[in-house]
Amino acid sequence: MSLRVLVPIKRVVDYAVKIRVANGRVDTANLKHSMNPFDEIALEEAVRMKEKKAAKEVIAFSVGPTKSQDVLRTALAMGADTAVHVEVAEGQEVQPLQVAKLIKAFAEKEKPELVILGKQAIDDDSSQTGQMLAGLLGWPQATFASKIEVKDGSKITVTREVDGGLETISAPLPAVVTADLRLNEPRFATLPNIMKARKKPLTKLSPKDLGVDVTPTIETVKVEEPPKRVGGAKVESVDELVAKLKAAGVV
Amino acid sequence: MFATRRSLLCARSQAVRGFRQAFSRRDASTLLLVEHKNATIAPSTLNALTAAQKLSPNVSALVAGASPDEVAKITAALPGVDKVIVAKHEAYEHGLPEAYAPLLVAAVKAGGFSHIVAAHSAFGKNVLPRAAAMLDVAQVADVIEIQGEDSFVRPIYAGNAIAHVKSKDAIKFITVRSTAFPPAATSGGSASTEDAPSAETNVSTQFVSEELSKSDRPELGSAKVVVGGGRGMKSGENFKILYDLADKLGGTVGASRAAVDSGFVPNDLQIGQTGKIIAPQLYIAVGISGAIQHLAGMKDSKTIVAINKDAEAPIFQVADYGLVADLFKAVPELTEKL
Repeated sequence: MSLRVLVPIKRVVDYAVKIRVANGRVDTANLKHSMNPFDEIALEEAVRMKEKKAAKEVIAFSVGPTKSQDVLRTALAMGADTAVHVEVAEGQEVQPLQVAKLIKAFAEKEKPELVILGKQAIDDDSSQTGQMLAGLLGWPQATFASKIEVKDGSKITVTREVDGGLETISAPLPAVVTADLRLNEPRFATLPNIMKARKKPLTKLSPKDLGVDVTPTIETVKVEEPPKRVGGAKVESVDELVAKLKAAGVV
Repeated sequence: MFATRRSLLCARSQAVRGFRQAFSRRDASTLLLVEHKNATIAPSTLNALTAAQKLSPNVSALVAGASPDEVAKITAALPGVDKVIVAKHEAYEHGLPEAYAPLLVAAVKAGGFSHIVAAHSAFGKNVLPRAAAMLDVAQVADVIEIQGEDSFVRPIYAGNAIAHVKSKDAIKFITVRSTAFPPAATSGGSASTEDAPSAETNVSTQFVSEELSKSDRPELGSAKVVVGGGRGMKSGENFKILYDLADKLGGTVGASRAAVDSGFVPNDLQIGQTGKIIAPQLYIAVGISGAIQHLAGMKDSKTIVAINKDAEAPIFQVADYGLVADLFKAVPELTEKL
C-alpha cells in the first residue's frame, strides 16, 4: 500500500542569519533564505518513506513569491517527485489560515493520504498551519512528531514531543502530521541530484486557481527590536560569583 | 511648538476614551481553555487567566475530561473566573484536539464568546489553531502583551523582533506566553458551573501511551531558579552536578537542544525557540554556548549566570555574571559555597 505524501514547505530567512529591524519592519532584503528547517525535516521524512516503499510519491508545495522556487528545487533535489508553486506577489503576506486553505484546496484535488509539514516556521513562529489544515479538512492531526510509523498504508502511529515528555497516538489516514526537531536529520542535496531536479516537474498555480482569498486578517502595525540585554560582565572565581550573587540579593 | 492647555486636555481625554474602548468592548466575553492533569490545573493556565482578565470583565473557563469534577471545583475557586463550563466524556481524557476543538467551537457558539484564550503550551498550540480554523478565523500565537481587545504584541524570529499586531476577526483566538503574565490568584472565587454544550466525541485518533517525566522539583516553565546544561556536560550522568546545584537553590534543571539531541536528557528539558520559554529569577547556563535559538528561550530571565570554559561563547554576551572555568570543577564548588 503506497501513499502519496504532500509536503508543504516555506522559504524563510536562514536560521543562522541575524535579522535587522528597521523602519518598523524586519528588513529581509539581501539576506540568505532557505527552506524552513522543520519543513526540511518533514520533506526528509517523506523521502525516507518513499525509500522504504511506504510512499510512492512525494509532492512538495510552497506558497510564496517567485523566489520560493528555490526551496522547491531544493525539495526536488532532496527527493521530492514533483513540486507545486502557488505564486503570490513579492511582499504579499500569506498567513497560516490562508496557507491552510490553499493546501486544503490542493489536497482535495490531489487526494494525498498524508500531509506532513514543519511544526512552525522560524520567521513568524506561529505553529498553526498544520493544525488549521487538519481542522479545515476534518482529518486527524499529529503535531510535534518525533517518530512516525506507517502501518499497512492505512494508519499512522506517531510519537509526539509534549511539555511533560512524550505521547504516542495512532490515527487512520488521511492525516496531517507536523514535524519536530528530532524526527530525523535531513540530507544535503547532492550536486548530481540538484542537476537531476531541474528535469522534475514544477507546476505554478495562483491562489485564484485554488479559489482562495489570501488577504490576511491579522495586520502587523509595527515591528520593534526587543529590549537589549546588556551582559558581558565576568567574574574570576566561584568565590567572586557567590559574593556578587549574594550582594545582588539573587541568592 | 506650544500646545494649548485645552488641546492637551482634549488629547488626554481622547486617549482615555480610546483606552477604555480598546479594553472594555461592552459585548466582549472571554473563554479560557483549562489545561489539567491528575486533578491539577497546569501552572501556565493561571498565567493565561491573567491575560484573559485583561480582555473582558467576564471570563468563563472550559474544563473537559473523563472525570472533570475535581478540576471544575478548583477552577470555580479561581477569583478571576465567573463561570465554569464542564464537559464530561471519555473522549476528553487525553487532550486530543480532534475532540477538544469541536467542543471549543460549540462552547464559543453557545456562549457567544468574543475571545478565546489558552496558554501557548503543547496542549494550547495543538487545540486552538484547529478550533480557530473551524470557525474560519485566524489565531494569534504566543502573545506577550495585550494592548487592547484586538491589539496584541508577540515575538517573531525567535524573539529577535517584536511584532505589534491587530486582529480584524470578529472572534479572537489567542495563545499567551506564560512567562509574560503573572499567575492569577487561586483561592477565594465562587464561580457558577454549567454543563458544556454537546459536541462530536466520536474521534478516530486514539491515545496509545505517554512517557512523562516525574519530578518533585518545580516545573521548568514556572521555576524561580533554573540550571541549564549544554553540550559541555558530555553525558547524562554528569547532569547530577546540575541537579545538586538546582536542589541547593530550590530550582530545577533544563537543557539546550544539543544536550537533548545527544541523549543526555529527555526532550521536555529543552529550553529554546522551539522548546520551552522560561523567565526565572535566576538562570545558570552551564556548558552552553548560547546559540540564538537557545537565547530565545531564556533571555528574559532576571539574572543570567554563565559557566563555560570557552571565553568566546556567545552566552557571555547576555550573562550578567560570566565565569570562564571548567564546569566540572566550578559547579560542585558553587554548590558547596552557596
